[in-house]
Amino acid sequence: MSVAAAFFYLFSGVAVASAFMVVASRNPVHSVLFLILAFVNAAGLFLLLGAEFLAMILIVVYVGAVAVLFLFVVMMLDVDFSELREGFLDYLPFGGLLGIVFLIELVLVLGTYYTAPDAMHQTAQAAKAAHDGLSNTAALGRVLYTEHVFYFQSAGMVLLVAMIGAIVLTLQHKPGVKRQDIGAQVARNKQTAMEIKSVKPGQGL
Amino acid sequence: MTAPLAAVPALLPALPELVLAAGSLILVLIGALAGSGSTRFVQAMTVVVLLVACGLVLGQSETREITFHGAFIVDGFARFMKVIVLLASALSLVMAQGFLNRHKANAFEFPVLVLLSTLGMMVMISAHDLIALYLGLELSSLALYVIAAFRRDDLKSTEAGLKYFVLGALSSGMLLYGASLVYGFTGSVEFTAIAKALNGHASSGVIFGLAFLMAGLAFKISAVPFHMWTPDVYEGSPTPVTTFFASAPKLAAMAMTVRVVMTAFPDIAAQWQQIIVFIALGSMGLGAFAAIGQTNIKRLLAYSSIGHIGFALVGLAAGTINGVQGVAIYMALYVVMTLGAFACVLGMRRGDHYVETIDELAGLGRTNPGMAFGMAMIMFSLAGIPPLAGFFAKWYVFVAAVEAKLYALAVIGVLTSVVGAFYYLRIVKIMYFDEPKEAFAPLDGTLKTVLLASTLIVFLFWLWPAPLVNAALVAAQSLH
Repeated sequence: MSVAAAFFYLFSGVAVASAFMVVASRNPVHSVLFLILAFVNAAGLFLLLGAEFLAMILIVVYVGAVAVLFLFVVMMLDVDFSELREGFLDYLPFGGLLGIVFLIELVLVLGTYYTAPDAMHQTAQAAKAAHDGLSNTAALGRVLYTEHVFYFQSAGMVLLVAMIGAIVLTLQHKPGVKRQDIGAQVARNKQTAMEIKSVKPGQGL
Repeated sequence: MTAPLAAVPALLPALPELVLAAGSLILVLIGALAGSGSTRFVQAMTVVVLLVACGLVLGQSETREITFHGAFIVDGFARFMKVIVLLASALSLVMAQGFLNRHKANAFEFPVLVLLSTLGMMVMISAHDLIALYLGLELSSLALYVIAAFRRDDLKSTEAGLKYFVLGALSSGMLLYGASLVYGFTGSVEFTAIAKALNGHASSGVIFGLAFLMAGLAFKISAVPFHMWTPDVYEGSPTPVTTFFASAPKLAAMAMTVRVVMTAFPDIAAQWQQIIVFIALGSMGLGAFAAIGQTNIKRLLAYSSIGHIGFALVGLAAGTINGVQGVAIYMALYVVMTLGAFACVLGMRRGDHYVETIDELAGLGRTNPGMAFGMAMIMFSLAGIPPLAGFFAKWYVFVAAVEAKLYALAVIGVLTSVVGAFYYLRIVKIMYFDEPKEAFAPLDGTLKTVLLASTLIVFLFWLWPAPLVNAALVAAQSLH
């Protein structure tokens, strides 16, 4: 057994096991941690396939951002998952139905190869993988700002809208909030900070 | 290893889009740095940017140009649609001022989001492959979701935004699924390459993908059976936002639908024609019957817009040059009528309080004859009564349908149009024959101008239809 095959079985075995643990573990925080483990192993699988860019993106985006976000949400919302899981069997018919639908779709997809064999030939002019010694990342970088610059910039505008939208819809300017103003604090001196009053004996202020 | 420098793609065809993008970035910066004091300036500059882009579109050469490696096309059709979209966006921004000021909901983000949404619509109209189409659609829709919920303290507005967002995301998913199937079975995302790969034969996978693609597109133009969001979103959104929703995005989505079916699937017309016929029938029927019981004028106009999309689709179902010409004329006149109708809705105001129920219009003919006359003309036109513009709009699409031998569709279309006339005429009856209620505050200057312009176009279109009809013909011919 070659080293690559050994790593393949290692990564996929751990990925499947941790994916199972995501569903099975009682503590939701453990679920998210197992999810991260599954992501990392999937990244390993991508590395074995030679898709190093995808592997890195998976780590950066899914582990670095999405899973951490999940972790925050799970910790902050304090959802009682054991309570959620109580009605599990009630949903079994519906869940089973969905499972059957997915199964049929899988069969359809595989069946396509037999029902429409010419579809394979129609994809002949689809994008070819870079073979001229370029690494995956370099090949992507080469087309991102040249051939696909329009998509790239449009996607940038979409993200800008998402950012503006989030700010418009959620940012609150509360007038009563006291914020620390270090400049004002440092600029205070004895004259401005204190007021001397002479209080006559026997009288209040 | 030195990689050869890639040639810079031709940017000139996309100059209006670049102006919009740069303008929106600069205006965001100005608004963010200068704070709320700059709102008025940003609003004015947004309108200027939209008009400059409109001028640039008008100044583009007549030829068909494709750039960005086949992602972006400029032809007569794109120019025709872009001019109307830009003008409609600019007008709805101008009309929004009074409402937003009175509701203290005026923030510099509003015009900027409208600008970004318009940019998305321009990309949609000029999209020449499925990726550009999706990016344009998402850019325009995302901005629309936000401005639907722009009055975030208002329960209805936030509900409208959320509903629109969730259903919009669902429809985007369907569109993407369809696009992936089409790509998988044709090997290309570019429209002309898809048409070439199909070569008149449609495998079941492509038809499947086409159906999902049409479902996603039908959602954006709010055609039955993907119309459910329209009445709620129209009613819940702030009225100026509804004005915008009803005009520019509708037109852009329709333009995109026309371009997809006419350039990517021209040889398998029989496949998409039956889908279009079905959703056209559904939209016309629902638009005619569901609007009858409405009491809220925005809801009524929402059902009316569903019906009108149905009528416009009749032209597309024909699938001919005349049909596309009919769609272009229909959508252009529909935008004119909608802006006029919403100018009236925005004028339904007593003091600082806006009202939305149809009964509030009672006796408008006596309390404000000018506004009532404009509204009545627009209602007659929406009903399709000759010699107003709405009649000619319907004329062109139905003639195209008859020429394409879609007799049943044309006959049912005319019948639903008769049924629909009932609720348009009911508004006229309420305005002229019911006991007057308290008078509305006088119309703002901008609303008055828009209403006057819309009424004049509707009223006098039959005298000089040539400019629009010829421009629409040029636009339709450029698709072939």
